[in-house]
Order: sequence, then C-alpha cells, then structure tokens
Amino acid sequence: MINLKINGLNVSVEKGTTLLEASRFLGFPIPTLCHVDGLSPYGACRVCTVEIMENSKSRLVTSCTYPATEGLQVRTASSRVISARKMILELLLASCPQSKKIQDLASAYGVRRQRFRQEYEDCILCGLCVRMCEEQMMAKAIGFRGRGEGRSIGTPYDRKSEVCRTCGGCMYVCPACQLRCTFNQAENPICGACENLSPPCLEKDNYDDMMCSMSPCLACEIKQYEPLKGEK
Amino acid sequence: MKRLCTIEDFNTLRTELSPPDAGQIPTIVIPASTCSQASGANDLIRIAKRELLGRGLVGRIGLRITGCHGFCQMEPNVLIEPEGVFYPKVTMDNMARIVESVSRGVVLEDLLYCDPGTGKPIAKAMDIPFFAWQVRTILGQNEKVDPTRIGTYIAEGGYKALSDVLAGREADEVIGEIKESGLRGRGGAGFPTGLKWEMFASQPNNRGKFLVCNADEGDPGAYMDRAVLEGNPHSIIEGMLIGAFATGASKGFVYVRNEYPLAIKNFGTALRQARKLGLLGERILGTGFSFDIDIVRGAGAFVCGEETALIRSIEGKMGEPRQRPPFPIEKGIEGKPTAINNVETWANIPVILRKGAGQFRAVGVEGNTGTKIFSLVGKIRNTGLVEVPMGMTIADIVDKIGGGPEDGVPIKAVQTGGPSGGCIPANQFSLPVSFDSLAAAGSIMGSGGMIVMDANTCMVDVAKYFMSFMKDESCGKCFVCRKGTQRMHEILDDISKGQSSLEQLSLLEELAVIARDTSLCGLGQTAPNTVLGTLRYFRDEYIAHIEQRKCPAHVCRQLNTYRIDPDICVLRGHGCGACRRACPEEAISGELKHPHRIDASLCCKCGLCLHACRFNAIIVE
Repeated sequence: MINLKINGLNVSVEKGTTLLEASRFLGFPIPTLCHVDGLSPYGACRVCTVEIMENSKSRLVTSCTYPATEGLQVRTASSRVISARKMILELLLASCPQSKKIQDLASAYGVRRQRFRQEYEDCILCGLCVRMCEEQMMAKAIGFRGRGEGRSIGTPYDRKSEVCRTCGGCMYVCPACQLRCTFNQAENPICGACENLSPPCLEKDNYDDMMCSMSPCLACEIKQYEPLKGEK
Repeated sequence: MKRLCTIEDFNTLRTELSPPDAGQIPTIVIPASTCSQASGANDLIRIAKRELLGRGLVGRIGLRITGCHGFCQMEPNVLIEPEGVFYPKVTMDNMARIVESVSRGVVLEDLLYCDPGTGKPIAKAMDIPFFAWQVRTILGQNEKVDPTRIGTYIAEGGYKALSDVLAGREADEVIGEIKESGLRGRGGAGFPTGLKWEMFASQPNNRGKFLVCNADEGDPGAYMDRAVLEGNPHSIIEGMLIGAFATGASKGFVYVRNEYPLAIKNFGTALRQARKLGLLGERILGTGFSFDIDIVRGAGAFVCGEETALIRSIEGKMGEPRQRPPFPIEKGIEGKPTAINNVETWANIPVILRKGAGQFRAVGVEGNTGTKIFSLVGKIRNTGLVEVPMGMTIADIVDKIGGGPEDGVPIKAVQTGGPSGGCIPANQFSLPVSFDSLAAAGSIMGSGGMIVMDANTCMVDVAKYFMSFMKDESCGKCFVCRKGTQRMHEILDDISKGQSSLEQLSLLEELAVIARDTSLCGLGQTAPNTVLGTLRYFRDEYIAHIEQRKCPAHVCRQLNTYRIDPDICVLRGHGCGACRRACPEEAISGELKHPHRIDASLCCKCGLCLHACRFNAIIVE
C-alpha cells in the first residue's frame, strides 16, 4: 500500500492507482474529458490537472496519468489548479464551443469570457474514440495521424475501413461530437444553458450507416420526441 | 584488418598504427562534413588527389579527409599538418597552389586568414582568435580522425579507454570515475550522467537493458551533434561500449534523424569496421563482454528528441511523449530499462576515462565541469562550432571567439537553447555559461544552440518565429501544447501586425505561464520560454508594437511606413523608376528625372521597392 496526502487527508491506496482514482474514491471531484473508466489513461485534455508537491517543489500534473507515489502531497482544487483549468476550458471553448460537455464544465468553473479568436472545430483530439476502438472493440480502425496543427483522427488513407464494424463506440464516448450545443452564436460562444439538441452526425454522410446500426438510433429518438415538443 | 581476439592483439595493432615517426610527413587535412561539402570541399579533395598523383607526391605528403573543424564561416578550409597552417575559403585554383607549396615546405602568405582588426595574416590555426580561445577536447579530435578509417581513430588513442576498462576495471569503478568527473548530460537538462548510470546499473537485467544515443538534433541553428557523428563516430561507439560495460546493458541504439544522411553513412561505416575488428558484437576483444549497436533513423519530428517520445519512435510507434514516472530508467523500450544520453555526453566518456576524472574536472567550474560545444550563429562575425570550458562568460564567447558584431551593428541579445530556450540581453553578457546560471537568467543551456541577435532583430519577430516552429512541431497529443502554441502564435502574429492590445499581451503572458505549467512533456513546458524570456527583457518592444504601432527594428513589415527621399531620388538616381516598376500595387508614381512618391493609401508594405532602389532613396520609418 502507498500512503499519500490528498487535500490534507491521509490516504493509502494500492500500487498502480492513479491520483484521479484515489481522489474520486475520497469524493474529491476532478473534471475529465479524455478519461473514461475502462480505457487506458492518455492525458490529452489536461482538464484533470492537479497540483502535487514532491521534494518541496510544487508542479501541475494530470491526475489521470500520474501514479500515486509514497509521501506525495496532492491538492485537487488549489488556486493554481483552478486558474489552469479555467484557462484550459477557455482554450477549449475557443476551439470547440458546440460540445455540451465543454460548455457544462465551463459554466461549472465560472468561465464567462473567451478572449481568443473563435473557431468552430468538431474534435478536441482527446483520443477516446481511438482508445475505444483499439481497447474495447479490438478493431483499431481509426488512429491519429500528423502532428501539431495537422493532427487528425481517421481511418488509414481516409478509406472506408475493413475492420470497422460500425459499432458506434467511437461516437458514444466522444465528449465533443455527441451532445451538441448549437445554440450559441458567433458573438457569444458561451451559451450557459443548452436549448438545442441535435446530433451533428445527421449531417455527415460518412456516418449514416453507422447511425442506423445503433439501436435505438439517436437521430430517430430525437425525431420521436419532436412532435411531443410541438404538442406542448 | 584481422579480427582482434585478445587485448594484446589490440595493443599490437595500436603500436603498428602509430609508428614513432608519425606526424613527421606533412599532411593536407580537408574537412568534408555536410557543411564543408556544401561549400565545395569535394572539389578541393578531387584537385588535391589529382595534384598529389600528378606531381608524384604520394607517400611524401599525406591527405586526410576529416569531419567538420568548426570554423564554418571560413569553409571550405584546409589545414596543413604538422605546422597547423590554416587556409580559409580555399578556391579550386588555390588548392593546386597549396599542394605545390606544401611540397616545397613554404606558406602562401596571400591565402592566409587575416585578422579583421589589424589586417595582418595569421598562419597557424591555433593563433587565430576563433580557435585560440577554445578548449577543443571533442572537436579537436575531428581534425585528427578520418571518420571512415577506424585506424586513424585507434592511432589517436581511440578504443584505448575501452581496452583498459576491459583489461581490469570493475563496472562500479567506471561509474565512480564518471560520477567523480561531474559530467552532466549535454542534451539540455544537465542531469548528472554518473548518477543516471548508477540508477540504470541497479535495474534488474533479466530481460535485457538498452542504451540509447539521442542524436535527434532538431533545434533551428544547432548542429553540434551532427559534427561529432560525422567527424568522429568511433568516439560515440567507444563511449557506449564503456557505458554498456559499466551498467550491464545488452543492446544499444543510435537514434539519428534521417535529415543527416552523411552522419548515418559515416556511423554505419564505423559500426561495420568496429564489428569487423571485434570491437563490437559478441565477445569483444576476446573477453566475456558482448554489446552491439543499431542505427534507428528518425523521421525528423522535433518531439522525438524528448526521451519518452524517442522510445516510442524506436518501438515503431507514433512519436508521442507519455507521463513520467515511470522513467525510462525503469520502463523504456519494450518496457525494459533504458538509459538515454546525448551524442556529446557519449563522446565525453572516452575522454574522461583516457585522461582521468581529475583532469576532466580541472576544466570548467564547480558543478559544471568539462567543455561544451555551442553552435555560434546569427549576426556575428565568426560563425561556427565552438567548444568552450563551462563557466566562460557569454561576452568572451561573443567577442573573443565570435569576433564581435558583423557590420558594426551593436549586439542586442543571445538566444540559447533553441526554441525551448530564452534570450539573454547584452547587459547580462558577463553571465558564465553553465546549466544553473542560464536557467536563473530565464533561459536554458539546451543542447548548445547560440543565436546572436543585433539591433536589427525584432524580439517579437523572434518569439513569433520560434512559436511558429513549436506550433508545427508539437506532437499534438496534449491539448494545452497543441492549442496553446497555436494561440500564442496567433497573438504574436497580431502584435507583429499592429492589431493587438495590451489586454491581448496580458492574455499572452497568462497563457504562456499556464502552458508551461500544464503541458505533458518538455517540449510543451519549454515552448513558452521564448515568449516569457523576451517579455522579461524586451517588454518595451512589445509595448512599442502595440501602443505606437511601430517596430523599433523595422522588421515587422506591416508596421513600417515607406517614403522616398526626393533629393536622393533625383540627384543620385535621376528618378530611375525601378521602384515604380517593382511595386505590385502601383502605389508609386513619378517620371524619369523627377522625384517619385509613394501613395501610402495604396502601399501594401511588401518592401519590394526597398530592394529595387539601388540608391537607398527609400526610407523606412
């Protein structure tokens, strides 16, 4: 067992436990975007940043990837952590404002301004879909390619993948494209409350058959509820 | 050459290769590294060979093709041994004359290097200030060794350290020697090499352990590792062999970027020759010690210089860093313990064991021992590779070795550590060069890039350039590094175009600090350094860009205004109209023999008129 201190509480956890697991076990909330239980930790979104102190030096690390080590002191919500998370959320809002998950996190952290040039991207490259495809579906149909600005996710050579079983697992875990908030306007990227729910996948031809293989189909579900809305 | 089966065989070969009269016959030394070849060294070699054969001088005059000597400003150069006469910028015609003069034993005064201050010719390389102030422990070997002939390296004392270690030293003893020498990793972070080896040696060896030489040198303007790999590959092989003996490693990798074709070729030749002689592979020199090295070619991603990304790249995966701990010392290539050292660190190992830790410590300062190679480039008179003892001041490097500013424009700053480093302003040039002092000044030692900037350099432009490099080279795994560098570049671009505000500047600073704190690997954590460093020392330049909409160095073109001095235009240029014809926007009007003028409302600030005017009539404000 490894003994460490999280927010002043003494904890002992098993070897191999990450700081995120230990903190959540104690009930300290840590937000995540690129972490899903059952998939290997990746550390891409940096939202789960916490402050650790080792050898009387403090630094920020991602709790989802950092293993618990003996004598470590962790703070999950210090002012340094909060300001870093706010900036990361502001960056996320600036590139991907249509994700409900990001909007919700931003409002939870009180991010009320976005000072960068607004972009409307569909993907934050968190890699959940890649890991889902590889680790849970054993398909490895999609992967990362390129680096820096040119990084993207897709099938090899953008051809229809032979190993893809159109299971839709990639879409299920996606924090950016699944629940979309399209209400926000260009001049006000922070919506605060989600009024409009429509899956973006409907507009994408590539995923048409993927959608149909899902049961029940998300698109159909929304259509089902639409008349109900009208009746009200 | 026959395979060496015992240490005695090696000693016999050594005495055969270095006869007592060695160094007596005059030898023409021509460097033929990538940089020399680019400036025409291959032609010189051809002519030298033709002249030697034609004049029947073979056997009376030697010819040695070596790696880079370091004085890149004066390439292609020729060195005549044993006197050490140095001929800079040799042309094809002069090469024949040099061969002829060597046969007569005279020095050609008119071809010698002239001191820029006094104008007097200097005959010997060691009297030239560029060489005289250096301590050339590593680079000095480049002059003596032909990288494609293992014999020249052995004759210069090469593999002696290895044979001594194999003959009767314990692994602990070797690690103790390295620890005592105080050698710190030359890759940038300055981790004590002896300590790393000790930790590595204590790792279990049941499934194999790996040594890696990190030769993925990607900083813009830095090429120290290339010079060592091309010029003296055997020193790295020897270093790695000693490292493997001391730590019990089973296999070595040299990770070289594919952009260094000559380095890969020379290193491959060196590996083949060492294997053939029995200095590499199974049962080295007949002892029980076995070790082999493979070359892994990198695809030129800057991030693969980071050790965890490098390991993934060697494994054949995408070059992406991962969280440390676990450190590569515990879990590296294929999950096995791996120790990674820089090219220059490996090249220092045989030197330490040959000379002894005490003598190595004597150079440099306490805590930062030995020498460090810098690639001195930028707005300076003598560019090239310089090897200086640690603790030398920046002023000494810039003024004494570098020869001071080019064209008399005062030097403003020195950028160290490449895109991860920072700028040191001229008023801090008394700072000694060491890992700790540079870090305290807000920069880093890095792997040894040193870019000199003069008053004509705009610091916003410098920060923008490095940020643009980082934005392209970020692997993109972690969001803060990928988007953070893009956003910082965006704000810097706006500042350089005069479209920014002070709020944007404070946002830039805030983002830079958080990107440094929250990024995953060294690349992201150091990417904001150029922004933070230039803001620390040159904030007034940023303010001038934002408030006055002016670039003090006139580099950011969008902030310049162009006008034509009517007197110069008519009196000197007779209204030639070259600027009018060059202007893509037809913003310049005027007739022959009359002053031309620029319509500011049409001017696109491209600066073409400035280059078109031969009379300096265009004034930039």
